[in-house]
Amino acid sequence: MSEINNAELQKTCLYDRHVALQAKMSPFAGFMMPIQYDSITVEHNAVRQKVGMFDVSHMGEIFVEGPGAEAFVNWIFTNEIRGFEPGKVLYGMMCYPDGGVVDDLLVYREFAPEHFLLVVNAANIDKDFAWIEEHAKGFDCTVRNESPVWGQIAVQGPEAEKIVVDLLGLKEAAGLGFYTFYDTEYMGKRLIVSRTGYTGEDGFELYTSIEGTVDLWDRLIAAGVQPCGLGCRDTLRFEAGLPLYGDELSPEISPVMAGLGMFCKYEKDFIGKEALLAQKGGEIVRKLVGIEIEDKAIPRAGYPVELEDGTEVGIVTTGYHSISLDKSICFALVDKAYAALDTPLSIRIRKKVFPGKVVKKRFYQTNYKK
Amino acid sequence: MSKIIEGLKYSESHEWVKVEGGVAVVGVSDFAQKEMGDITYVDMPDVDDEIAAGEEFGALESVKAASDLIAPVSGKVVAVNEALEDTPELVNEDAFENWIIKVEMSDPSELDDLMDAAAYKAHIGE
Repeated sequence: MSEINNAELQKTCLYDRHVALQAKMSPFAGFMMPIQYDSITVEHNAVRQKVGMFDVSHMGEIFVEGPGAEAFVNWIFTNEIRGFEPGKVLYGMMCYPDGGVVDDLLVYREFAPEHFLLVVNAANIDKDFAWIEEHAKGFDCTVRNESPVWGQIAVQGPEAEKIVVDLLGLKEAAGLGFYTFYDTEYMGKRLIVSRTGYTGEDGFELYTSIEGTVDLWDRLIAAGVQPCGLGCRDTLRFEAGLPLYGDELSPEISPVMAGLGMFCKYEKDFIGKEALLAQKGGEIVRKLVGIEIEDKAIPRAGYPVELEDGTEVGIVTTGYHSISLDKSICFALVDKAYAALDTPLSIRIRKKVFPGKVVKKRFYQTNYKK
Repeated sequence: MSKIIEGLKYSESHEWVKVEGGVAVVGVSDFAQKEMGDITYVDMPDVDDEIAAGEEFGALESVKAASDLIAPVSGKVVAVNEALEDTPELVNEDAFENWIIKVEMSDPSELDDLMDAAAYKAHIGE
């Protein structure tokens, strides 16, 4: 986000609830969003140990429908959606022809034939929709941006199923596997119950109308579910090794550089394929790695990554003193010669240099529903 | 409302100073620790380091962000609060009790540039 103009900031349908809860509010992706209600640590631990909920109504919902919908989505999406059944969700990216990333997103294959829902990052809704509309020309399908009329709540943590099934009465949720969804109705409008999330824990994302979202939120609050802000959303996703668009994926950071090549399927054609194949074949300079340092000092985005002799070989993209692991860890983009596991790399934090080494990016053992 | 202690000096960047003879005991205000949230790391200078008023001498780190510590006075660091190395959250528990460094002042007149409790209270709008 380059320019923040408070007057232009949007509010989600739960804005008044956040203010009433005295959340610390801050601009994010063009929306005024809750950063934390309690402390980031309390909220983080609630999700890891019990259950927490997030207002993610700022996310974008774009629907693609029509006889050519599958062919179209498969053309703009890096992952393979042919043979992928209704009720399933798939993660992947939309790329530019040079392999840079337009956005990372979830594709839902709906139960009606040739109907897809694309869930995109809030900051990218307008850019994505313009990209999608432009590339849909020549395909027999329609595209609709319905973001303003959908709210979304993520219920995450080991007790999420109990809350969603027993408290909210969404019985069929118990049978959902990870990355699947079902449709039902709530307050007379569509409710999508999706077993997905961005925390490394089991959980659900509930998409429904504005009115329904407010009602669900109130019921969850009344039941004592911990509201969680974007502060812990970032610490949780980071520990689980999940990228954030803008930090680990961007027009300059391709899925191959980010180590997300598994979400690109080269047996089909898609925008950016040739460039990504070339990168996969060795034409990349930098790769995203995990680095752990032997100190409590915290590597932050933008800090330099160095060799023992002080040569700069990369830059931190996200870093924390991990709440769940009690370690100082980060994602960093480094010259690929230094990307192998256990390579000694140091991080310069203000005036001091802290030695560390390359570790796996999935720092935390995730607990997804099988 | 943040706690403010009478008799201390305060900087615009929310450090407090308690004068003990020629030594300035330096910490951060209760307002600052509240703004930071859970403090997870305190980056402190070494004993015998020279620090200069208005310049960064370390940092407080919360989960989310790093915030520079700005020296309210110039001088030589004569002590650092080693307890904060392992338990940085002490700053959240009591920001006045848990000082960060002690500085042997090279120019005590710099204290005149700092605020008293009433001016600091106005500064943070409380």
